[in-house]
Amino acid sequence: MAEIWLDIAQVLASTLRLATPLILCALAGMFSERAGVVDIGLEGKLLMGAFAAAAVTSLVGSPWIGLLAAIGASVILALIHGFACITHRGEQIVSGVAINILASGLTVVLAIAIFSQGGSTPSLSRDERFDEFALPFADTISGVPFIGPLYAETLSGHNILVYVALLMVPITIYVLFRTAFGLRLRAVGEAPEAVDSAGYSVAFLRYRAVIIAGVLCGIAGAYLSIAHGGGFVREMSAGKGYIALAALIFGHWKPMPTLFACLLFGALESTATRLSNVSLPGIGTLPVDVILLAPYILTVILLAGFVGRAVPPRAIGVPYVKER
Amino acid sequence: MSGSARIPRWVDLLVIPALNLALAFLVCGLLILAIGENPLRALRVMIDGAFVYPGSLGYTLYYTTNFIFTGLAVAVAYQARLFNIGGEGQAAIGGAGVAIVCLAFDQVLPGPVTMILAIAAAALFGAAWAFLPGLLQATRGSHVVITTIMFNFIAAGLMVFLLSGPLMRPGQSTPQTRDFAEGATIPQWHEIAGWFGESVARTPFNASLLLALLAAVGVWVLIYRTPFGYRLRTLGESEPAARYAGVSVPGTIIAAMTISGALAGLMAVNAVLGGQDKLVLNFTGGFGFVGIAVALMGRAHPVGIVLASLLFGALYQGGAELSFEFRTINREMVLVVQGAIILFSGALRHMFDAPLARLFAKPEPAPSTAGAR
Repeated sequence: MAEIWLDIAQVLASTLRLATPLILCALAGMFSERAGVVDIGLEGKLLMGAFAAAAVTSLVGSPWIGLLAAIGASVILALIHGFACITHRGEQIVSGVAINILASGLTVVLAIAIFSQGGSTPSLSRDERFDEFALPFADTISGVPFIGPLYAETLSGHNILVYVALLMVPITIYVLFRTAFGLRLRAVGEAPEAVDSAGYSVAFLRYRAVIIAGVLCGIAGAYLSIAHGGGFVREMSAGKGYIALAALIFGHWKPMPTLFACLLFGALESTATRLSNVSLPGIGTLPVDVILLAPYILTVILLAGFVGRAVPPRAIGVPYVKER
Repeated sequence: MSGSARIPRWVDLLVIPALNLALAFLVCGLLILAIGENPLRALRVMIDGAFVYPGSLGYTLYYTTNFIFTGLAVAVAYQARLFNIGGEGQAAIGGAGVAIVCLAFDQVLPGPVTMILAIAAAALFGAAWAFLPGLLQATRGSHVVITTIMFNFIAAGLMVFLLSGPLMRPGQSTPQTRDFAEGATIPQWHEIAGWFGESVARTPFNASLLLALLAAVGVWVLIYRTPFGYRLRTLGESEPAARYAGVSVPGTIIAAMTISGALAGLMAVNAVLGGQDKLVLNFTGGFGFVGIAVALMGRAHPVGIVLASLLFGALYQGGAELSFEFRTINREMVLVVQGAIILFSGALRHMFDAPLARLFAKPEPAPSTAGAR
């Protein structure tokens, strides 16, 4: 019994590790989309962040500076998105696609130009990464039945960015739902004309939302390349930005449901190899690649309104034109 | 399109695309300069690589054919202001259609019959993969962009499943089908030239280009010369107006997406039935996404799309040459050009409206027409 529980605790731990970039990106998307700016460029910002973090860390040696670089690179892409969508009222989808393609090209071009390793960065040593650490008393409590393994195996022993991601959830709830800024930010995604007539700048609010999205995607990128992984490899975001987008929709653009969607998708990923050995009646065993499709299929079903209904912010995707 | 009313048509069709292209090249030129290479030399290498070296033109035209199909696919949907960014998945599923038909019939039916069935399957499978997102948007209100993104991933997973199992060539473990029977595939250019005793370099360029040009003409007729095209463009201009004019909005959305998917699926005719004569994993290679850049650059007009496809075909073939000539720059540079073009000609398209309107403003309207306002 204790064995199985320990097993479960370890699966949960790996779920948490795989969900971390999803949580950060989904929250990024939440800020942006709640303010009315569609963000399908999460993937590109994540990839760019991952590259910047690994590149700068391997040049400078400090993961903290790498983290800052990731945030900086991701925010630059976010500002391009803002410049196109907010200032020039361009099509937000097109801008997002452009950012994803730019990121996937730029990361490889720059990696080859700087490191000449076929699009990767040099692998990082242990002290150049955000190392895993045990939470206090993890050893002492680990013997306690049930709670012990849950604390020692699941919660403890991650790198700092995992805890940052978890902490970002209550912070997001606070900022979006308990502050005046959050109220205005949400209002700008529902009824920008009302915010405008109340005397607040729609453009400035949306820019701030987009920048916050950039910061969060940057942290997620740093997690991929200098915390969870030890270096950048080409296309290392591998669709996580899109899965985060799916989680955001799945969570109805609300923080707690989105968190659970991220954890669900993380759990699917962490158990996909195990699930692929399970034989289903009539179908046989499913390959891992098919099991990993679940987030996408679930999102399509949800969007079609067959299980609940995902209602996006009202003014999402609509550039704001100030009345003259 | 709000600004284009004040800008002469020739500026909209010629000056703006040229300006966008120049900006995209400028961005990449600066990037190459920052890397420490000579951008003009890189451009030279790309031009030689795309047109001059033996066989290079064949590859350029092969890529061009892919891009005409995916560009037209994006354009048809875009006429109705729908973003079909699922071209990648639709082309992949179209490839599955080609493979299923060829594997099933190429030993039984005469070659040309199999070929025609395979072409139909490519269009049909691609159409089906876009029909669902269209249907879901039209009847359930789920946004076509998100659904097509999800469908791209689902298609990619399905292709892995198909090519690692049911469709895989027996007795080996690489994710590809067996070669299709020779008579069923579309003849390649070097084969056609061979019939006339000419000898040209062996490239994947094949007769599908004719089908692509035919599709471009078909799309032009469809958009500008049929009632359906009129409804499509009305819907693109304004949904309330279309509804008021009695256009069936759901029906038009579904039809636009289905036609768009069929065009994207036809890309598999070029790549699978013409180029490789077998289905290999990831044969779509991001060409579905290139279609977005092609359609934006070509102003969603078939003529513009054919020209933009040639440009991108040259970029892709020339870009491959970069990796051989330079140690520090490589073909991913083309992705940067592509991204920059989508950014400048798509997302930032209104940036030049005001300055260009000032520069090329039409003369003041005559007093008689001004008085009519």
